[in-house]
Amino acid sequence: MPRPFDGTLIVMPALNEEEAVGNVVREVLSAYPGIACLVVDDGSMDATGAEAAAAGAIVATLPFNLGVGGAMRVGFKYALEHGYRNVVQVDSDGQHDPVGLPALIEQLNSSDLVLGARFAGTGDYEVRGPRKWAMLMLSGILSRLARTRLTDTTSGFRASGPRAVRLFAAHYPAEYLGDTVESLVIASRASLRVSQVAVAMRPRAGGRPSHNPFKAAIYLGRAVMALFIALLRPPVILPSEASTR
Amino acid sequence: MTIATYLLGVFSALLTLGVVIEMLRRRRLRERHAVWWLLAGSLALLVGLFPDILGWAAGLVGVAVPTNLIFFVSMAVLFLVSIQHSAELTDLETKTRVLAETAALQQLRIDELEKSIRKEP
Repeated sequence: MPRPFDGTLIVMPALNEEEAVGNVVREVLSAYPGIACLVVDDGSMDATGAEAAAAGAIVATLPFNLGVGGAMRVGFKYALEHGYRNVVQVDSDGQHDPVGLPALIEQLNSSDLVLGARFAGTGDYEVRGPRKWAMLMLSGILSRLARTRLTDTTSGFRASGPRAVRLFAAHYPAEYLGDTVESLVIASRASLRVSQVAVAMRPRAGGRPSHNPFKAAIYLGRAVMALFIALLRPPVILPSEASTR
Repeated sequence: MTIATYLLGVFSALLTLGVVIEMLRRRRLRERHAVWWLLAGSLALLVGLFPDILGWAAGLVGVAVPTNLIFFVSMAVLFLVSIQHSAELTDLETKTRVLAETAALQQLRIDELEKSIRKEP
């Protein structure tokens, strides 16, 4: 009997997370037997890769830091090369509660890209000020584009089905905020079905989310710019199944 | 214009052209990057040798002070070169990133192959 998590690859971009990554990997692997876990060591200076491998993860090591986008590109390419149907992105700092995994994967039956939304009722995650305005603006515009209600477009906890994996292996953006904002623009314009499910978030293992208003304002500016440049770019087309095999 | 300023103009233009051509010769500079510098150097040499061209060109485009035309053209050339550099830099970054991704995936594949070979005998 096939297990529900066969064909699902967890991808964890990890940068200097030697303290958290081992536990996160063990937690995921023990909770969902049969699931595969790829940790992309994004140029860490510490023992992140070794810790992840010791915990049972497959480890891909980037020679230098590329950011979440670059790390995820490695994950999508690996999934495509090794025949995984679904890719779920999980933070390596333990912020994403793996309890939300089955709900995300379940939703892939009717969607191509599922976001784990932090404000949709579960958990107690909160932001204020310019960062909140940025998130509201992004939600508004991206919801319209994706023709579905999205409340947390910058969530890194997301699941991609086979069509999204094929699209992202070729076209996942590597710029700042590209992995969250622009990827949604690309997916919507390639006619992928996007949806969200509510997930609980745990407080970050190291440090708290920044409430510095200047940093938040810069974040707002960069988010606006990333979104509008993404909208200006020509839409990409979903590669055919034959061309990627 | 004194003979000294005339010579200054001609010699600086010759120096620029000389440096660019020497770098091309030593393969320190590729042709595609040198085009703008060669163009700027040649223009400077032309204006240096025949300063009257400057006054004529300024009158043609309606620039009252001919020297301002020099500043305008120089800035335009620098601007274009600098944009070209930014574009090339972006290109290179993309290529390096793709190489890094490929290297990571291939390293992973080698590790897995080595593991499976060690298991076999």
